[in-house]
Amino acid sequence: MSRFLFPRWSNALLPFVLIVGAIAPLYVSLLVAYGFSPKTLDGQYQPEQPVPYSHALHVGKLGLDCRYCHNTVETASHAAVPPTQTCMNCHTQIHKDSPRLVKVRESYETGMPIEWIKVHKLGDYAYFNHAAHVTRGVSCVECHGRVDQMEVVHRAQPLAMGWCLDCHRNPVDHVRPPEEVFALWKPTDTWTKDERLELIKKNDIHPNDYCSTCHR
Amino acid sequence: MSTIPAHDIDNTGDVPGKRAALVLGHTDFHQVTNTICRPNETRKPPMAWYIMFGISMLLVMNLGFVVHYLIFTGVGVWGLNNPVMWAFDITNFVFWVGIGHAGTLISAILFLFRQKWRTGINRFAEAMTIFAVICAGLFPGIHVGRVWLAYWLFPIPNQMAMWPQFRSPLLWDVFAVSTYFTVSLLFWYVGLVPDLATMRDRAKGKVQQMAYGLFSLGWRGSNRHWHRYERAYLLLAALSTPLVLSVHSVVSFDFATSQLPGWHTTIFPPYFVAGAIFSGFAMVVTLAVPARELFGLKNLITLRHLDNMNKVILVTGCMVGYAYGMEFFIAWYSGALYEKFAFMNRAFGQYAWAYWIMVSCNVITPQLFWFKKVRTSIPLMFILSLFVNVGMWFERFVIIVTSLANDFLPSSWDRFVPTWVDIGTMLGAFGLFGVLFLLFCRFLPMIAIAEVKGVMPQADPHWEGWHQSHGAGSNPAAAHSAQGDNS
Repeated sequence: MSRFLFPRWSNALLPFVLIVGAIAPLYVSLLVAYGFSPKTLDGQYQPEQPVPYSHALHVGKLGLDCRYCHNTVETASHAAVPPTQTCMNCHTQIHKDSPRLVKVRESYETGMPIEWIKVHKLGDYAYFNHAAHVTRGVSCVECHGRVDQMEVVHRAQPLAMGWCLDCHRNPVDHVRPPEEVFALWKPTDTWTKDERLELIKKNDIHPNDYCSTCHR
Repeated sequence: MSTIPAHDIDNTGDVPGKRAALVLGHTDFHQVTNTICRPNETRKPPMAWYIMFGISMLLVMNLGFVVHYLIFTGVGVWGLNNPVMWAFDITNFVFWVGIGHAGTLISAILFLFRQKWRTGINRFAEAMTIFAVICAGLFPGIHVGRVWLAYWLFPIPNQMAMWPQFRSPLLWDVFAVSTYFTVSLLFWYVGLVPDLATMRDRAKGKVQQMAYGLFSLGWRGSNRHWHRYERAYLLLAALSTPLVLSVHSVVSFDFATSQLPGWHTTIFPPYFVAGAIFSGFAMVVTLAVPARELFGLKNLITLRHLDNMNKVILVTGCMVGYAYGMEFFIAWYSGALYEKFAFMNRAFGQYAWAYWIMVSCNVITPQLFWFKKVRTSIPLMFILSLFVNVGMWFERFVIIVTSLANDFLPSSWDRFVPTWVDIGTMLGAFGLFGVLFLLFCRFLPMIAIAEVKGVMPQADPHWEGWHQSHGAGSNPAAAHSAQGDNS
């Protein structure tokens, strides 16, 4: 009986098999590193909100302070989303018949809150404290980006655990005097590195990276 | 195809100046090939194969069910509690990893020491290693609870900037076991290549030819092929040798580096390695005895092979017994209250029954192997090897559960009782092992065809016996030796 052998052309397939085998571990590593990141999975998440509220107009143009609406940010872990009453403080006077505000007026009359869609959502096993960051000089912009330039808010940062840790391990580029936290420009443009290092010392900033710092 | 009658010829004795025959009854290489390939080439395997396969398959289906139930419900379906957070899962893991060690010892260390009797048993001992490591790997994978995050076991860069704890033996274990599996698989496969080519050349069907042909990697038996094959095999043997010692040492670190009395012991690495080889050889005997009976391999896996393995079981059993004794001695000698308690509790506490099963099966009954009558009696060795398997399973259970259940603080003591899911998973792993092993028996040569020929006297280029069996000059080897170029 003649011996069965694969034809000669099948030798050409061998390099491909070897290349695939060699690349596979690298591919898996890259897939986990980049594919599983919120940068990839969520990107710049920008849901359509029930009311076309423009941060660019209210904050950027009119100069509204962040705390006017998100009033608990300095004292609580949670930065409050304002009730309809806050909107109506002004909108009973200004643009009080605007068709863009139908839902706001409706909510004001019925008492049912507007269902804003949360953009910056962390896992429920991660405990972020706004007050702890804001009162020590970590500005809103570090996590939320230039909200004062956003027509519709989107996620400016990945909010990945590795991204949190980058700052927790080396906060020097992300701090400013606590009284300036609501100013939304880069701290590195205004304060020198030495000044920022001084701030870290003065404000007693020593962020932990223990698991239990955020996962309680 | 002539069959060689299988009878239990006693080749266990040693005649000075003469090598004991390791292949009985076969007068030439072709007969050896025929004997080994017959189980793979018959249309129907023996009825016992179907029965065993059916039972194993049922257990695998049960395994699939309990594992899914576990994943969808959570590890609470096991009988674990606080403080007994490891029980059947890690017991089974250590048991199966340990089983594998005999295969590596036979294939690597006995190869380097030129123990020729290994050729009869190395192929299926290595197969046993691979299947045992597969069964072992199942348990750490499922015991993490959220199996979809099991990739966290490996140090892969990720968005969480999270790494496994490099100072933890649990991570070393991941490396040790995955290295072990890779090297064992390569070693086994490299050894298989010439035999797969034999199977390919003998195969009648196109599918068989393609399958064996694909995996035999175009082997044509040229001189250059053999040269490279021998090199590769030697290198892999050298690579595997340290693994025999390192893998179970690292497994023992999972316990020894903790501070728990009963675990925190320096004797653990050698004790675990001896136990692993002990249990592995017992498993080889458990598998070899029925396999040689069923598939007509009695002339290739002879009584001498079994006798040798039983001697290894005796030696390693004594080592394990010594380790048990030494643990007690150190517990007393250290004067440490908790240490003393841990061991008294082991022998006389709530799990005393498990402890004494372990001692009876691992230390007492293997002593019967001092008698040659027992070492060469097929039924007795089969029963004793089963005892060792049971005893070694209980050894891991005793070490893990008794130490955890009664730790430093009496207020936290508890009792572990396995649930049906625990038991189902344990039996399922045996089923998985059985299915893999039975498929191996059916589709791959159970004995290294090329290697076993090398231990026959006919393999010696100066062997003169061809004249008697075939007549002068009918074989190139004979013609070669007839010229007598000894210089």
